[in-house]
Amino acid sequence: MIEKRTADVIIIGGGIMGCSTAYRLAKLGLDVIVLEKKEIGNGGSCRNAGGVRQSARDPKELQLAMYAVANIWPTLSEELGVNVEYHQKGNIRLGLTEKDVKILENHTAKSTKVGLDVKMISGDEAREICPYMSDEIIAASWCPTDGHANPLKTTLGFYKRALDLGVTFISGVEVLGIKKIKGEARIVETDDGDYEGGQILLCAGYDSRRIANTVGIDAPVERQVNEVLVTEAMPHMFDIMLGVAGGEFYGHQSEHGSFVLGGNSGLQAFTSNTDHFMTNSLTAPCISRGIMKYFPCLKNVKVVRTWAGYYDQCIDVLPIIDNIKEVPGLTVAFGFSGHGFGISPAVSIALSELMTTGKSTTIDISQLGYDRFKSKG
Amino acid sequence: MAKIIRTAHTEPFVEKPDDDMIICRCEEITKGEIRRAVYDGMSTMNEVKRYLRSGMGLCQGQTCQRLVQNIIAAEMKMKPTEVGMIQGRSPVRPVEIGIFSNNKTDVKEE
Ligand SMILES: Cc1cc2nc3c(=O)[nH]c(=O)nc-3n(C[C@H](O)[C@H](O)[C@H](O)COP(=O)(O)OP(=O)(O)OC[C@H]3O[C@@H](n4cnc5c(N)ncnc54)[C@H](O)[C@@H]3O)c2cc1C
Repeated sequence: MIEKRTADVIIIGGGIMGCSTAYRLAKLGLDVIVLEKKEIGNGGSCRNAGGVRQSARDPKELQLAMYAVANIWPTLSEELGVNVEYHQKGNIRLGLTEKDVKILENHTAKSTKVGLDVKMISGDEAREICPYMSDEIIAASWCPTDGHANPLKTTLGFYKRALDLGVTFISGVEVLGIKKIKGEARIVETDDGDYEGGQILLCAGYDSRRIANTVGIDAPVERQVNEVLVTEAMPHMFDIMLGVAGGEFYGHQSEHGSFVLGGNSGLQAFTSNTDHFMTNSLTAPCISRGIMKYFPCLKNVKVVRTWAGYYDQCIDVLPIIDNIKEVPGLTVAFGFSGHGFGISPAVSIALSELMTTGKSTTIDISQLGYDRFKSKG
Repeated sequence: MAKIIRTAHTEPFVEKPDDDMIICRCEEITKGEIRRAVYDGMSTMNEVKRYLRSGMGLCQGQTCQRLVQNIIAAEMKMKPTEVGMIQGRSPVRPVEIGIFSNNKTDVKEE
């Protein structure tokens, strides 16, 4: 059998962006190869805490979130044939101090201004929504249409559906760069030789930056390590997504019963190894102290697992989703800055339109271009 | 990691008489579910774990990991050693949140 090395589209990166866009392009009848350096879901896509959130998003990417929540998430399990464990029971963000309340009021004002249903509620109202939290909580912001899903099942569900529709995934192949033919992006150079596509989609998380550099494109994106801890399964307590004004932790109780809670130590930029995503001994204690402040009733619940992942943090904390004018045939999607999971089902719609018609018409992504970064005047 | 080319299976999934056997006791995952996950495209220990939860329970795969590895290897016609292990995760034994939070040696004084 001759090995497949050419396709209509070569996608670089087997995360949720690569898998979901492969699925959508295959649905449109395109022949797609996805190249992944390790395994499917190796990056942030299988390391995140599952928040599907519209609140506290920049208006420039809010449309992606609102579109996904209104049109895709509620029926995604049926669409993929995999239970993605989506629960839309609201996002609550808690405050303990007057300073916290100011932060929450600020977020709430921004969200309501763009038409999102978010409001401030009292500590007692918060405890009515979730009776398990501390009496010390004095206020919260509440977005009833936010929720959470299982990122592992969602990423691998998109992967499975894409396979069903004829996409070829090749893992264990590291992309080294992109080469142009007659001015157009065509060749993907790897440690396993060249692959050729009519078009190329670059969605390899932070590594996209280095790969884009090989055709002279750069973006102000940095790598930031964050961690997540998971507890043993507990009887069902609540379905809401949690956040706190002080940022000590965020997370939810999963369908399985375990709590999935993310956070950082504040020192991660200097103490974490960004080439090997190892957890740091400072972080789980730090997240645990945060939990104890807001949910002292979880004191005796056991942590069974922790892991680290990175945010591809863009300077304005917004993704870059665009066709590259200087390199026709190249489309990029990276810089999701730690909140790409919730919007991913909508990002893939925007990408499939960008790549087939040259423009994203269903969802406005015009403010997420790669050429928006300017130096000081 | 070794190169793996993944495409959809053209032949249908074939059930086996011992598919009901529980392999991951913590999460109650059967041999049939693992075989089916490999058929669906899950091709590494971590992918099967993330898709099914095998090895995500209290023992973190310490009991079933070898068994899962052998099943994946047989389905993929690979050697068990080529399939590898699941990514090890801290802590080695479950630790209560309250105990973790007591580790304050590096915390700044308020
Ligand atoms: C700890 C943590 C918590 C988070 N919590 C949330 C949350 O609650 N809600 C939310 O919406 N988002 C959250 N996020 C962000 C979210 O996970 C990401 O924005 C999203 O998964 C990005 O998907 P991706 O496909 O762009 O990137 P990735 O999943 O990182 O995929 C990129 C893929 O490219 C591969 N790759 C890299 N280099 C190469 C190469 N040279 N050749 C071939 N392949 C390559 C990688 O192996 C990887 O599989 C969180 C992230 C982290 C780390």
